[in-house]
Amino acid sequence: MHIVVCVKQVPDTKIIKINPKTNTLDRRSAPAILNPYDAHAVQEAVKIKEKTGGTISVLSMGPPQATAVIKKSIEIGADRGYLISDRAFAGADTLATSYALSKALERISKDLPVDMVICGKHAIDGDTGQVGPGIARRMDIPPVTNVIEVTEVNQKEKTVLIKRKLTSGYELIQSELPCLLTVEKEINDIDYSPMPNMIKAARYEPTIWAVSDLENVERTQLGLKGSPTIVGKMFSPPRPEGGKRLEGSADEQVSQLMEVLMEKKDLLTIQSSK
Amino acid sequence: MNLDDYRGVWIFIEQNDGKIEGVSLELLGAGRKLADKLQVPLSGFLLGSEIKQLANQVISYGADQVYIIDHPVLKNYRTESYMKGVMLLAEKYKPEIILYGATPNGKDLASAVATDLNTGLTADTTMLDVDVENRLLEASRPAFGGNIMATILCKKHRPQMATVRPKVMKALEPDNVRLGNVIEEKISLQEEDMRTKVLQIVNDVTKKVNLADAHVIVCGGKGMGDFQNFQLIHELAETIGASVGGTRDVVEAGWLPHEQQVGQTGETVTPKIYFAIGISGAIQHVVGMKNSEFIIAINKDPNAPIFDVATYGIVGDAMEILPKLIEQFKQLRTEKGGEISYA
Repeated sequence: MHIVVCVKQVPDTKIIKINPKTNTLDRRSAPAILNPYDAHAVQEAVKIKEKTGGTISVLSMGPPQATAVIKKSIEIGADRGYLISDRAFAGADTLATSYALSKALERISKDLPVDMVICGKHAIDGDTGQVGPGIARRMDIPPVTNVIEVTEVNQKEKTVLIKRKLTSGYELIQSELPCLLTVEKEINDIDYSPMPNMIKAARYEPTIWAVSDLENVERTQLGLKGSPTIVGKMFSPPRPEGGKRLEGSADEQVSQLMEVLMEKKDLLTIQSSK
Repeated sequence: MNLDDYRGVWIFIEQNDGKIEGVSLELLGAGRKLADKLQVPLSGFLLGSEIKQLANQVISYGADQVYIIDHPVLKNYRTESYMKGVMLLAEKYKPEIILYGATPNGKDLASAVATDLNTGLTADTTMLDVDVENRLLEASRPAFGGNIMATILCKKHRPQMATVRPKVMKALEPDNVRLGNVIEEKISLQEEDMRTKVLQIVNDVTKKVNLADAHVIVCGGKGMGDFQNFQLIHELAETIGASVGGTRDVVEAGWLPHEQQVGQTGETVTPKIYFAIGISGAIQHVVGMKNSEFIIAINKDPNAPIFDVATYGIVGDAMEILPKLIEQFKQLRTEKGGEISYA
């Protein structure tokens, strides 16, 4: 069983600062982390490998410092890591990103055929969730998104049983292997990394590929050039007028609020139960 | 690609078990405006098994045309079968715009279709408009991080596609005498060719919190300080029979499960009363709650943007105000000896 997990380095949105003048984020202020959903994707690969054996590879696209998220994935339990890094990839939207990653997957599967690809549901810096299904289409394997449980992997039959989250409830899906999964956070809890993994990660040097290391790449499909979407403009959200401010001490404010609420009989009433 | 070959605004009509999803009806309302501006027909397209009877509903909510692919293999949503249907329609009729609800299935389908059509797709849109002169869809969504919106354009590829958050757009009042065309397309699909099977669908009826349907929501942000203080949010909610929500920060801090997150990456809610407590009001949160009927904000910072969307604002310390508010409600209940109910 060869599982490839696609991971992304993202700025930590919890810590990132916003420039009050421009209303945009100050990327320099944020530490870079492994996208949280991707951490769960790596952990799920580790859980599957415990039962099936095999190899876990992680794949990322980004600047050279993105090797940090590959090392983090090794800590969680991945065996190998690949980073595709090239100026030609810069400015990619989801379509160009899935193209580049699928070309790297092609190269990886030449060495060792891929049985399963796992991605996080989405990256917290873009929140799109579009790259996973895009990779699946380019590899011509079935995508199963919003996965909350990998119930069973049958290596003999080459099938997998999966629970996929729906708007209310879930569905049980059987898919052929290879397939691509995108996972929700609730799929697992991330274990503490065992010491040998930490040591391995600290020493690990991922394989780094430039565009020229990949095969049959159409350069027009990469990066900014290969991206059909562009950001047209940025604007502050329309500011509504805002409502009334309640003045006075805390006690006064609370009693004013109660008065307002009690007047709104169409919203809320206190009924006598007798 | 000749962009002028592409005309018309199309809406993916998502149905589950023969029932049309609310977001699809909302998109017919939003799509109607875009189609009128561009002076083109508005079409709904519908895939499934034995779903022809749904066409009239699609027309009554604003469509001029309904495209239907009815096939037993399409009974349950699957990426591989549904995308074949959408590809067939899109390549034959060449719409200039296709909108999908940002539901699990809508997002999954749109991502797969965009890849095969080699076109642009904007995720989780909250505002839609068109630049009529250039026939460009202007799909806007909160940009990462900052309190700011970004408008995404797809200038050189067609169709222009976007997924749109549920409960953000408004459906039209249904007009049952409205007329439209129903066009049925045939597709050849074999169950044996499918690589995925839906074995079972489990509807979670025991879902504890259904925020999307709640009448009153008490929502807390990181201004609550810590997990201990956040319990005041639960206490107020319990006292008045409300549901509890939280911001992304609160969920990431582990104070609440993800199901209770309100905002761009959580639920969009439209309750009668919404308490926003210790919430600054970043656009990522506001898009998920601004259509609430009556919004009460409590925050220390008088300049917090949450006050812009609030019906009533209290500048003050939630730790001081909440216990007083809870006390008042408890007292009222004791005096009247009854329950709080909501119209």
